[in-house]
Amino acid sequence: MDIKVRELRDVSDLVQPDRFDTSLYTDPEIFDAEMDRIFKGTWVWVAHASEVPNKGHFVKSFVGKEPVIVVRDKTGQVNVLLNRCRHRAASVCEQKRGKTSVFVCPYHGWSYALDGKLRAVPHASVYGDDFNKADFPLVSLRVEEYAGMIFATFRADIEPLVDFLGPAKKWIDLFMKQGAGHPVKTLGEHRFRFSGNWKIQLENTTDAYHFPIVHKTFLDSLDADTSNVFDVLGQGGWVEDLGKGHSVMVMIPALVDLEENLEDEIPERFRELADELRSEGYEEGEVRKVVRAVGGSGFNLNLFPNVACSMAFFRVLRPISVDETEIRHIAIGMDGGPEAGNRVRMRLHEHFQGPMGFGSPDDAEGWERVQRGAAAGEDVHVLVNRGIDPLIGHVAGSNVTDVSAETGMRAAYAQWKRMMSA
Amino acid sequence: MSTLEKIGPAIAREGVITLQEAAEFIWREAELLDRQEYQEWLSLWLDEGLYIVPIERDQGDNAAKLNVLYDDAEMRKARVKRLKSGFSISSAPSARTVRTTSRFVLSAGDEASVEVRCAQHIVEYKFERTRVLAGDATYRLVRRAGELKMERKEVLLINSDDALWGVGYLI
Repeated sequence: MDIKVRELRDVSDLVQPDRFDTSLYTDPEIFDAEMDRIFKGTWVWVAHASEVPNKGHFVKSFVGKEPVIVVRDKTGQVNVLLNRCRHRAASVCEQKRGKTSVFVCPYHGWSYALDGKLRAVPHASVYGDDFNKADFPLVSLRVEEYAGMIFATFRADIEPLVDFLGPAKKWIDLFMKQGAGHPVKTLGEHRFRFSGNWKIQLENTTDAYHFPIVHKTFLDSLDADTSNVFDVLGQGGWVEDLGKGHSVMVMIPALVDLEENLEDEIPERFRELADELRSEGYEEGEVRKVVRAVGGSGFNLNLFPNVACSMAFFRVLRPISVDETEIRHIAIGMDGGPEAGNRVRMRLHEHFQGPMGFGSPDDAEGWERVQRGAAAGEDVHVLVNRGIDPLIGHVAGSNVTDVSAETGMRAAYAQWKRMMSA
Repeated sequence: MSTLEKIGPAIAREGVITLQEAAEFIWREAELLDRQEYQEWLSLWLDEGLYIVPIERDQGDNAAKLNVLYDDAEMRKARVKRLKSGFSISSAPSARTVRTTSRFVLSAGDEASVEVRCAQHIVEYKFERTRVLAGDATYRLVRRAGELKMERKEVLLINSDDALWGVGYLI
């Protein structure tokens, strides 16, 4: 597909290795260029495979600003189709998710198969003999999947998804161990918007520095043991640049691999669940596996530009305008595992996440404060210079920085610069 | 003088709960929430009561689904502590709110309890921005020692399955 890329002044000097220009948050012209050069120029996360488990299942999503339908067709293949009739542009699907065998445009009744092919046009004879239905399928994007994470792109000429993910794949594999031996499935989602630029949210997923400040009231609501687990700055964690704008921030090193340390004592907050599973007849080994997975992974994997595997959920951002962003916090659980485990996961998710969680509203408020503050001081830079030097002798290697370093942000802005200057 | 006295104490009554009595209780609760008298609000609950804001409509068993909030007594207490702590930037200050409840309907009841449905509009204001949250609220009220208590309160927002925003107060 030909991507029209709008003209843009040279923006390469707006990003320096340790700081960037405030206009990255505030300039609508830069935002429009980001939609072309970044969101139409790379792999963008659109759905998890469990959202479209069977033939005919679909879920609506977005690639940048463009609404798409993610649908599993009758051959079992996942297609990502622009939600726009080829006739006069009406959206062909306004149901959030569901199951269907056809998408019918409500305006003039053009109907499309699940692979996008135009199947039927009412009163077709008036179009004349040269009208060929094969010329007008729903526009279909390139789709690839890794470990259940479905990505789409407008670009035929970019690298395969696995190369785009690179070293991030290892962390995705670790993250999916939350299925405790079962496939991971989505369990519902919180959605909320904030009045701020999308990159403020992108930064936040790799920002451990804010956690004890912004989330003090969340920490105060936990029992003492759990509060220690969430002491994210005090456990020898690290941040690592994974290339291509991706990064990982390990906050709880003991919870990197959920299949390890299964013999450890079960934390108090999960003892009731462990007892429930035992009473349901699960073997001790299975109980420990489920209980250890239920609390989530000890790291945030930030994938440029729009998705994170964040401890126990998927965090997906959608840019709406230069100063408006929508966030989805998608809960995950075990597909086929004990329901009691998934119930606990949902209660934990509600505790922190979403419009009335103990964490998300304070995050959103912080992000809005960034956007409000960015209205001042046009010539003052935004700093991302924290923790530049690698840690010496750290177990995770020679290329990692402090857990509260802004390494992940520097990685993202370096990728931003590459894509926006290309 | 306690806030309850300022607002007016609940009048101890007996017998079947009438629509009028239920509406007066819900109005009083609404005023406590707008004034953010959350400690008093906690006292309106039975210990075993559940406070729920679902996401999906007709989702059946709330416990088996993801909700905006699903609070038992412990979570309600923790939530109130958080909102009043002064350390949560979304609630220090929180938006100001004015709410109205109306269109009361008694949907079920027996001698000891009643279920009431009503419409709830909340207008919030913070930092130059005014927004509206509207929803259907369903209450299960019971009489204990002459006073009405909440056994269940569920607020189904009209847009709960769409994008909301950070809400730094109780609905």
